[in-house]
Amino acid sequence: MSDLAKLERRRRAIFGWLLLSPAAILLSLFAFYPSVATLWSSLFSRGTRRRPTEFVGTENYTDLFADPTFWIVVKNNLIYAGVTVPLSMFIALSMALWANSKISAKGFVRTAYFTPTVLPMIAAANLWLFFYTPGLGVLDQIGALFGLPSVNWLGQPETALWAIIIVTVWKESGFFMIFYLAALQTIPVDLREASDLEGAGRWTYTRRIVLPMLMPTTLFIAVNAMINSVKLIDHLFILTKGGPSDASKLLLYYIWEQAFAFFDAPHAAALTILVLLVLGIVAAVQFILMERRTHYQ
Amino acid sequence: MNRLTNSLDTIGAVVLAIIWIAPLVFAVWAAVHTTSDAVNFRLTSPWTLDNFRIAWAGAPWGKYFLNTFILVTVVLIGQFFVTTLAGYAFAQVQFPGKDFVFLLVLLQLFILPEVLILENYAMVSRLGLFDSILGVGMPYMASAFGIFLMRQAFKSVPIELDEAARIEGCSGLGILLRVYVPLAKPTYLAYALVSVSTHWNNFLWPLIVTNSPETRPLTVGLSIFGAPENGVDISIISAATIMSVAPLLIAFLVFQRQFVQAFLRAGIK
Repeated sequence: MSDLAKLERRRRAIFGWLLLSPAAILLSLFAFYPSVATLWSSLFSRGTRRRPTEFVGTENYTDLFADPTFWIVVKNNLIYAGVTVPLSMFIALSMALWANSKISAKGFVRTAYFTPTVLPMIAAANLWLFFYTPGLGVLDQIGALFGLPSVNWLGQPETALWAIIIVTVWKESGFFMIFYLAALQTIPVDLREASDLEGAGRWTYTRRIVLPMLMPTTLFIAVNAMINSVKLIDHLFILTKGGPSDASKLLLYYIWEQAFAFFDAPHAAALTILVLLVLGIVAAVQFILMERRTHYQ
Repeated sequence: MNRLTNSLDTIGAVVLAIIWIAPLVFAVWAAVHTTSDAVNFRLTSPWTLDNFRIAWAGAPWGKYFLNTFILVTVVLIGQFFVTTLAGYAFAQVQFPGKDFVFLLVLLQLFILPEVLILENYAMVSRLGLFDSILGVGMPYMASAFGIFLMRQAFKSVPIELDEAARIEGCSGLGILLRVYVPLAKPTYLAYALVSVSTHWNNFLWPLIVTNSPETRPLTVGLSIFGAPENGVDISIISAATIMSVAPLLIAFLVFQRQFVQAFLRAGIK
């Protein structure tokens, strides 16, 4: 190889790394270093004036596992994910099928479905407050028409988490609809015509042709919905603050509470690591499934 | 038969649409009526703008609006700068270690800034950016998502254009600015819409990093305004909520097509 080519390669390498440097610095400062620092600080005890922090190994983790609140929060988050992910995906698919069909009022319907997406979660929570308020709220007034008693939706452990779940589903379904809508529009018309010729009913057509063709989109949405089930917790601040008696507390809110309300950084760090582990598993599953998908094609 | 299913479809779709829009409609209703008229659903009761007047006087909204506006602008400029350079490097420059670094960037798609609040807060304090708008925006500037998006956009630029510019004597950076950036305009627009609406609506991180009305964005201001301790009633909260979502909501209704397309483009990996 000539010296000139070598020089050119080196020049390119320097150019490449220079281009990357702003991103590399910022990612190191706000993603990679904090992840490592979180892992590190999760292994130390909480310092007090009398007792400085000391290395405690996995003690923060065993503390968490021994803490009943932790398990309540985990259970809540599992229910939250287990309901919001499939439910919002199902609603999103129905919305997309409708918004893509030959119905009248399609424009209005599409706008209505998508509107919650552009609202902040905090504003959404305020809107829903008017629904949930006992006595005065819309839900109670509708219930009263049918002679039902007033219910404190947000104030009792049996319903608080469900009230939170409904707001989340309302907020994210329209967003997911958009992706289904886009995928639906890429399905060739001949498939529809062919299945009509074969005498296949609408249900058969949807189940045998549409749903399989939507699989990649479904995978993409599922991953996003799972990430959202960790991320979407803003409405807790307005609606329930995780209460009553932790009945609607979710992991990220719990991290915030440990870190910024109870100033218990080590346990917050341990919690963060556990959440990152779960997100890592979601990522790994997605990569594996994507690999498979490319083999099919 | 076909007609029947079609009208059933229409009914189902419209009912769902009405349910979906109902919270917003009720909030508008509550915002323009006195509290007692609002909660008793007196349909013929007179409209009023008093709730807006009271809400507006109750908090430094003008400042909050300005803060949010500055925040989304700062984040967007930072993101454009960082993701353009990095996206170009990943798409068109050959250098050793590229694939490994790209994998690291992809990893960040799952290390959500939201989850790292504890150490990011420590980092922002260390940099002396606590309670500053830059501190709120900085963790989002090197968005893995944006880098990915830009890489895809730059990859689709025909190589002939690149070569032609090179023959004309353009340098690496010159080609980026004169060839790639103009051709990626639709992607920039899409990314801008997604970024602005995300950061206009972001709450948890700004809540942690801001500590004064001087830096607080709208979402945090709204949450403080509506806190039960403040004892504000439903009509006034609704007015404040409508007020703070109005700019984005109106923009959405006007540019609906572009908005939806932007979200789509941003979501397709």
